[in-house]
Amino acid sequence: MPKLIKNGRVIDDAAQILVLDETQAPEALSLPEGPVFVPLAVWQAHKGILADNKAVGVWLDSHESVEDLAEDLDSLSAVALNFPKFTDGRAYSGAALLRTRYGFKGEIRAIGDVLRDQFFFMQRCGFDTIQPKTGKYSDAQLNEALASLKDFSAPYQAAVDQPEPLFRRAQRAA
Amino acid sequence: MYRYDSYDQKIVDERVAQFRDQTRRYLAGELTDDEFRPLRLQNGLYIQRHAPMLRVAVPYGLLSSTQVRTLAHIARTHDKGYAHITTRQNVQFNWPELKVVPEILAELAKVEMHAIQTSGACIRNITSDPFAGVAGDEYIDPRPWCEVLRQWSTFHPEFAFLPRKFKIAVNGATQDRAVIQCHDIGLELKRDAAGEIGFRVLVGGGMGRTPIIGSEITDFVPWQHIITYCEAILRVYNRYGRRDNLYKARIKILVKALGIAEFKRQVEEEWAFGKDGANTLTEAEVARVAAHFTTPAYAQLPAEDAAYAAQRAANPAFAAWARRNVLAHKVPGYAIVVLSLKDPSRAPGDITDAQLDQVADWADAYSFGEVRATHEQNLVLADVRQSDLFAVWEKARAAGLATPTFGLLTDIICCPGGDFCALANAKSIPIANAIQARFEDLDYLYDIGDIELNISGCMNSCGHHHVGHIGILGVDKNGSEWYQVSLGGSQGNDTSIGKVIGRSFAAAEMPDVITNIIDVYRAQRLEGERFIETVRRIGLDPFKIGVYGDAAIIERKQHA
Repeated sequence: MPKLIKNGRVIDDAAQILVLDETQAPEALSLPEGPVFVPLAVWQAHKGILADNKAVGVWLDSHESVEDLAEDLDSLSAVALNFPKFTDGRAYSGAALLRTRYGFKGEIRAIGDVLRDQFFFMQRCGFDTIQPKTGKYSDAQLNEALASLKDFSAPYQAAVDQPEPLFRRAQRAA
Repeated sequence: MYRYDSYDQKIVDERVAQFRDQTRRYLAGELTDDEFRPLRLQNGLYIQRHAPMLRVAVPYGLLSSTQVRTLAHIARTHDKGYAHITTRQNVQFNWPELKVVPEILAELAKVEMHAIQTSGACIRNITSDPFAGVAGDEYIDPRPWCEVLRQWSTFHPEFAFLPRKFKIAVNGATQDRAVIQCHDIGLELKRDAAGEIGFRVLVGGGMGRTPIIGSEITDFVPWQHIITYCEAILRVYNRYGRRDNLYKARIKILVKALGIAEFKRQVEEEWAFGKDGANTLTEAEVARVAAHFTTPAYAQLPAEDAAYAAQRAANPAFAAWARRNVLAHKVPGYAIVVLSLKDPSRAPGDITDAQLDQVADWADAYSFGEVRATHEQNLVLADVRQSDLFAVWEKARAAGLATPTFGLLTDIICCPGGDFCALANAKSIPIANAIQARFEDLDYLYDIGDIELNISGCMNSCGHHHVGHIGILGVDKNGSEWYQVSLGGSQGNDTSIGKVIGRSFAAAEMPDVITNIIDVYRAQRLEGERFIETVRRIGLDPFKIGVYGDAAIIERKQHA
């Protein structure tokens, strides 16, 4: 079973990420068995049926806006944000918005080109679940990569994981 | 200057450990070139023509003598005996080996230095006025605000992978010496009617392929809110800046596409959520940081030192240096000294390890142990007693750091160009040196007067050619190097973008071209008129005639 990092630990995860190819219309829904993340277009086409299914999450690509999910967050337990390339940093803002502006308490999962040297930033922006591509890291490498979550122990600025900046948290030497 | 506490120190120490591990994994083949590239760039490490180039951060240009000695040590031990001052007040080493870079970073960390975010698509080193705290026209010291912004932007998790690089500059004096109109965010410190400190905020300025002067997004943000306001700008940019085309990815393109009114609307809509949030600055934090920038222990001195006046009268060479490279200080009896890195025998901005050590010694002896780097690629001793100027001059002259040409034609801003930089289309250093050789006569230079000549080896404009009174841009034409000349650019309060005068030139033609331009100026200038003023008054045509002959103008008129 594929492995990912959730709340700082490596766990097994069975969720599938449904990707439509060009021939598939969002309206023609066929869900695989078990937990699944569907594209925003599928969610929007089938919201009524999918909303009660706790096995269904939604994934957004980096050009899609979290605002489009804002109304639906109460009926979702998980949202995944895609990094088409690890250098495309839009999902950091997306995750931060989901947590701070929309108060989303469910799972926020980083998917796509997800690399260990960005884990720290992802965690700070509110991703609790980090899923590198299948085969990117061996189980041993993924365990080693947990260390990257702790690259910096006392960051300066406020972010989702640490809502107070250093100057409010600590008595700093003058 | 700002000194690290245990938190600051821990962050740079943890950075060293992080980068050491990243380098190890890269060399072991666990990280691909593509995966490692942004990581090394965000640590200032480029792969250049000869070797990696390491850019070390000098936050807003401030250095302690201890730090300067460490730079000297690195130049001596890990480089070929010199360092280069960049046009964003940083320091570059051209020859370090990749595998020793973690060691260099560890040595830097010991003296409260780092290479964090000196490159890459992130918030870069904050730049400012090299005369901060000592200039007579300063109304608010920008340094505490630069430091506050430095800390906020360091490893900001949301803005580590922006569409493109992001540069912030801060100025707090009547004269803008930080080029704030050509930055992604330009901050002008000011006071409102009630005397409260805040910022006028410019956005979307920049040089590069598409030079644009920044637009005012707000005329006043109270100081408490400057971080949340910048965050709102950055968030809009991070989400909506173009990522499909590297050349259109800077914030200036987004601002231009939306228009400043719509961009401002989006930013202020975003800011409505972030305003008054946790990143709102507190008086205690600003006071804590500002306490690092207190006035040094100045002596009570006469406004004019009698011996200094006598030394100038007796020694014309000293007088010439004092006239150009010594600037007025806000405290009576003190002076600002510009140590020139424009000796014609060296690349503009280069300094040797031995010179760095000497500068550190002079800083300790004469200037409260501090040195500043300028974006014009010189060094500054900011607090020298007038009575010490002669001694400083003698030592600087012996060391080759007293070229008396500050602000003159040969005080050229120049990027490393094709000799070092993998991005360059053409060499820039030999052009600078050839122009310096042509204009070596000091009387002639003094007669020409204040003028700024800036050279970039490619469109990325590191040599600030767009804002040079004379700008030179290296271009590639069918694999050979050519040089395009523009006139009328300017930095400072009346920032303007220069206009190209016509077809480009071969390297060997450049000294003649500059001579022709200067000849037109000398023939046309009014009494006391500076070069840029003459260009603005008479326009480009007389210069085109001077450079290309009448034919160019006739041809243009026929096409018009």
